Amino acid sequence: MSNNINLKRGLNIPISGEAVLKTGKTIVPDVIAVKPSDFKGLVPRLLVREGDKVLAGSPILADKQSADILITSPVSGSVAEIVRGEKRKLLEVRIKAEGTQEFVDFGVQKASSMSADEVKALLMKSGLWAAIKQRPYGVLADPQIQPKAIFVSSFSTAPLAADTDYTLRDELLNVQAGVDALSRLSAGGIHFCINGKTSSSSPFHKVEHVQIHEVTGKHPAGNVGIQIANIDPIKKGETVWTVSILMLAAIGRLLNTGKVDLRRKVAVTGPKAINPCYVDALPGIAMKDLKEFYDNAAGDLRFVSGDVLSGTNVGENGFLGFFDDQVTLLHEGTEREILGWAKPFRFNQFSSSRSYFSWLLPKKKYDMDTNLHGGPRAFVVSDVYSKVLPVDIYPVYLAKACLAGDIDNMEKFGIYEVLPEDLALCEYVDPSKNNIQEIISNGINLMIKEMA
Amino acid sequence: MEEKKNRFAFLHSTIDAFDTFLRVPGTVTKTGSHVRDAVDLKRVMILVVVALVPAALFGMWNVGYQHNLATGAETSLLATFFYGFLKVLPLFVVSYVVGLAIEFAGAQIKGEEVNEGYLVSGFLIPLIVPVDVPLWMLAIAVAFAVIFGKEVFGGTGMNFLNPALLARAFLFFSYPTKMSGSEVWIALRKGETLIDGATGATPLSFTADGIDALANAGAQYGTSFMDLVIGTVPGSVGETSIIAILLGAAVLIWTGVASWKIMCSSVLGALFVGWLANVLGATTIPAYYQLVLGGFAFGTVFMATDPVTSAQTECGKWIYGFFVGALCVVVRLFNPGYAEGMMLAILLMNTFAPLIDYCVTTAAINRREKKFKTA
Repeated sequence: MSNNINLKRGLNIPISGEAVLKTGKTIVPDVIAVKPSDFKGLVPRLLVREGDKVLAGSPILADKQSADILITSPVSGSVAEIVRGEKRKLLEVRIKAEGTQEFVDFGVQKASSMSADEVKALLMKSGLWAAIKQRPYGVLADPQIQPKAIFVSSFSTAPLAADTDYTLRDELLNVQAGVDALSRLSAGGIHFCINGKTSSSSPFHKVEHVQIHEVTGKHPAGNVGIQIANIDPIKKGETVWTVSILMLAAIGRLLNTGKVDLRRKVAVTGPKAINPCYVDALPGIAMKDLKEFYDNAAGDLRFVSGDVLSGTNVGENGFLGFFDDQVTLLHEGTEREILGWAKPFRFNQFSSSRSYFSWLLPKKKYDMDTNLHGGPRAFVVSDVYSKVLPVDIYPVYLAKACLAGDIDNMEKFGIYEVLPEDLALCEYVDPSKNNIQEIISNGINLMIKEMA
Repeated sequence: MEEKKNRFAFLHSTIDAFDTFLRVPGTVTKTGSHVRDAVDLKRVMILVVVALVPAALFGMWNVGYQHNLATGAETSLLATFFYGFLKVLPLFVVSYVVGLAIEFAGAQIKGEEVNEGYLVSGFLIPLIVPVDVPLWMLAIAVAFAVIFGKEVFGGTGMNFLNPALLARAFLFFSYPTKMSGSEVWIALRKGETLIDGATGATPLSFTADGIDALANAGAQYGTSFMDLVIGTVPGSVGETSIIAILLGAAVLIWTGVASWKIMCSSVLGALFVGWLANVLGATTIPAYYQLVLGGFAFGTVFMATDPVTSAQTECGKWIYGFFVGALCVVVRLFNPGYAEGMMLAILLMNTFAPLIDYCVTTAAINRREKKFKTA
């Protein structure tokens, strides 16, 4: 049984540098970083010391609040460095990989014969529990509760995002195993969203034991938060879990092979990517491992782990995030355009508003850079935001409630239903250049603090 | 350059304002979305100014034309325009110099960037005042509007009243004798007098006595429907020509800068009350005349749609616009003191816009909750 959802509002940003569907390189990892900041809600306790030997699947970190939740190493090797920031905050655990990879054996299992507690225990000790995000707030899932339902989005509509029909085309069995395991954890079952545009050619319409929804629309239609809001919105007091299709496949691989194998195809994209294509890689690989895809002689590149809208700026010396299957390379737009805003035409700039003329060239792709294109101002224009947000909330009201720290109004205007990434496009189109994602994120942090 | 910057560090906001006016700032995104849309508030504001240009140009010509009609002079098209241009230019100069000086000083004190909102307000103010308003009065009105209408609330985006309209309201209530009647609408040189039978009164001032009074105004200018649409009548500088205003409306609606919903509903509101008044015998002016008289069209297109002071929700915009139009006609018909209702209607609805939004959002949230409860 499938269910069609057609979302009218949204925007596909025409940025250049889409990865061609071929795997250009297999990256043999050298140094890999495990970053606690990838896991929102994790209070990390370090389990290793510099020089310790680890296998792929060995625990590196544990959560201080529920000690059973472990974060494990994606590679085998030795702990090379523990990087701390201000107030000794743990930033990275760097692991020097060995030539041959050895895995911790968790044993091949069949999901159909496992109980919910067995699934939970396996996921927690293998480090894959962290793959589950809990909404509201998008934090590490609490193993004590039973969520209303589990949502999976099998595709991404983010700019230049990896095409999961390509990257996971041979992983259907693993995805199915992952589904079977997770379906033990929620009485509400699994809602599985597939791309309405490619539903017939996509491998995922064959996934069983799920409720399939065909979602069509521009970005952010592929965001799981948008899908939840259009399928069964989160009300106060409810929790749902979400898992990315990438991590669902990793969970399935764990069951089918007994190994924590996080190898994935990562799309190297962006206007500054040379010959953008896919690479075979692990989470936590160094950006320097991608050196044939960029030329940073001038030091003017931005390395984004993730997509341009909600990825993380990691820098040339940074590492790929745990959940990311995309790297975007951008030019730092520090150049100053003379009379930019006053020119009638700016052919090399894209604007979704008709105040410029990019609507005349709907097929054109733009070499976008990171320039803000203006100064930060108060919210002025009122109707641009909801045009790119296919959810029934008032984004500006929500942002203002977050700015004011007004819990009642944040609740009222839907803080439970969104994560910053869902409002990323509002931030992109905002003529007042507010950092809406940061505002929402601060609001969510306040909610977590106040409601705890 | 560096040294210079340090020496003038106390003028940071001012330098920054000119600098970013000439060149797009080189700031890059720090958090959140790494790329941003090319549009910024400067672009939005300049589009409103572009939309206002037809009304401004026609207004300047009309000032000269009305002068010729009233004095019996005859000049070429260019000379007519130039006469008006010289009369209107000082209004623009005063409006921008006084307003921007306060904006810059305010930004300087607060240590913020200068906001470009005044680009529009400064252009609007000369267009909504009578051409012969004394410049010192205009200066005081602008200062009042910018300080008490905007800066005290935190600048553009935080104000709840339209600053340009506030300037006009200030003039009307502080200097009523100078701002109404038949003295100020036609710009005369010193020593010039009106020809016999000519009046300085605007068409709107005749409407209190009905359509016949308007038709037989005995004025030197025509008062037919077409005259009112073309705009060859006395009035505030930019408000007379419906055609020029519609050109501006087309720009605003196409670029999405102003809300077509507010414009539509305002017209509906005016037509509705105008029709009701007709049916009930309160006036003999046909409802559609209300759309072309006085400042209705200008206010509907450029003032009521101010995104900051109008309703923010889409449903709220319909309600807000409808009441702007309706109240405008109500004031026109039932308030003998003020022939022009648009200014008061918009200012009143400005104050009610947050309430409308509150009701709309609360209703939407309740409706949604109910829907998911039953589902």
